[in-house]
Amino acid sequence: MSITLNNVTHTYMTGTPFERTAIKNVSFSINEGEFVAIIGHTGSGKSTLVQHLNGLLSPTTGTVTVDGIDINTKKAESLAARRKVGMVFQYPEYQLFEETIAADIAFGPRNFGLNEDEVDERVREAMDFADLDYEQYAQRSPFQLSGGQMRRVAIAGVIALKPRYLILDEPAAGLDPIGKRIIFDKIKGLHEHGTTVILVSHNMDDVAKMADRIFVMHQGVLAANGTPKEIFAQRDLLKEAGLDVPPVTETLRCLKEHGFAVDDTVLDIDEAAKSVLQAVRGDRHAE
Amino acid sequence: MLNDITLGQYIPSNSLIHRLDPRTKIIGLLLYISGIFIVESYLAYAFLGAFGITVVRLSEVPIKMILRSLKPLWFIVLFTALIHLFVTPGTPIMTVGSFTMTWEGLDQGLLMGIRLLLLMSFATLLTYTTSPIALTDAIERLLKPLSRFGVPAHELAMMMTIALRFIPTLIDETDRIMKAQRSRGADFSSGSLLRRVRCLIPLLVPLFISAFRRADELAVAMEARCYRGGDHRTRMHTLAYTSLDRNAYIAVFVLLAIIIAIRIGKTCYGM
Repeated sequence: MSITLNNVTHTYMTGTPFERTAIKNVSFSINEGEFVAIIGHTGSGKSTLVQHLNGLLSPTTGTVTVDGIDINTKKAESLAARRKVGMVFQYPEYQLFEETIAADIAFGPRNFGLNEDEVDERVREAMDFADLDYEQYAQRSPFQLSGGQMRRVAIAGVIALKPRYLILDEPAAGLDPIGKRIIFDKIKGLHEHGTTVILVSHNMDDVAKMADRIFVMHQGVLAANGTPKEIFAQRDLLKEAGLDVPPVTETLRCLKEHGFAVDDTVLDIDEAAKSVLQAVRGDRHAE
Repeated sequence: MLNDITLGQYIPSNSLIHRLDPRTKIIGLLLYISGIFIVESYLAYAFLGAFGITVVRLSEVPIKMILRSLKPLWFIVLFTALIHLFVTPGTPIMTVGSFTMTWEGLDQGLLMGIRLLLLMSFATLLTYTTSPIALTDAIERLLKPLSRFGVPAHELAMMMTIALRFIPTLIDETDRIMKAQRSRGADFSSGSLLRRVRCLIPLLVPLFISAFRRADELAVAMEARCYRGGDHRTRMHTLAYTSLDRNAYIAVFVLLAIIIAIRIGKTCYGM
């Protein structure tokens, strides 16, 4: 079970002076249960790319299949396959529109044709995800919430659809550190419960910490695809794509350049501390 | 999906027409339009058409883009031409049911169709070759003499600038909200009329909220930079006529003179 892109190319505004190819011949496969991150500079095509994964954009050439089914046909199975993929856009709180939080979360499940009992069940579960007490918050307006809460309600509106694959575009953008940690903890929780997560992000630190696999987009092309260790070892490639390695790794690299025997492929702060400690102790023993 | 809107789109280039003063282009367009309404003979249309084609060639705008802007107009053109074809009294060509086509109607219908097409293609050419900022600058300058009679020229121009500036932003925003709601199973394109109108609520509410938010932020940003209306404001780019503009005015007036001459010739001497 997987999402597979086969030679996908997308061109905007074909046949006008504004014609622009946003992604070129992208092929990859995301397996069920993976945590994949897509990184790239602004304009690298990552937003265009992820919009192909649930059929919001259809490829100019190439195919997108979800669990073996082409999602860009008119058949009913195609629609069902598209609905397995949930999409959370950047700043999702700007999409809230209903009078109450419960009604806003229920929008998606109702559109999917669930009956009222099921809808209610989904709303309760999703509000639990958003850390909002059902009795207290269900009938309140979403516009009275704090920024972080609004973000979580908006994401809950997609979670209520129970997607097998969940795409999140910069889910923590503009949040304070606490709000950000809560969101990422929630996302990790979803992943542990079996949801395949596809995270689009600028923050190398977050990506290094959470993803099993990283795709690097550069000028509309899939420039690299590998585990965080593999990707962040290719510092030059990342620089060329306008990206950085995580600050921890960069620090270790600097230390190594100055003659400390540290491991500069480490991505995690605890491991980094161990490596530095080891290096320092090693020096002492040598003395 | 909303990418195909061409109205009000500027195509950057450095052609002769792009380099004209925007005031010249606006006045030229108005004169050309009045020319279109003076004309009644095919001969004069030939002149107008030739002038139009020359200007399009000089502007270096691909002819495809002009045709694209005419697309939404085909129905109206066809409809107008057909009405004229059937309701103008005169020598009958043939009868369809209770309607009679006439030669005079054919004549009128064709002229009307050409009129609309010329009008529309010339008006879009203005927005294709003039950036919105230049356009509003020119409108402000042209309206300035009227401010003595209480016309708020600067405020009108500023409103237009802001509106034009935010069209692409709002289109992007609409596109994004639409996609987000579609991801939640919203369907904007099928069902009964009532259903479709109700489907717009999830789109319009967020759109209004964000428009108000943007307006608020913009007002604060303008105040923070001491904006206080049009009095005593100087400009970074002051509009100035060049010899190019003089030549353009000469060309338009010569065209008008020819058209008026043909019209007078026709009415007075039945040529």
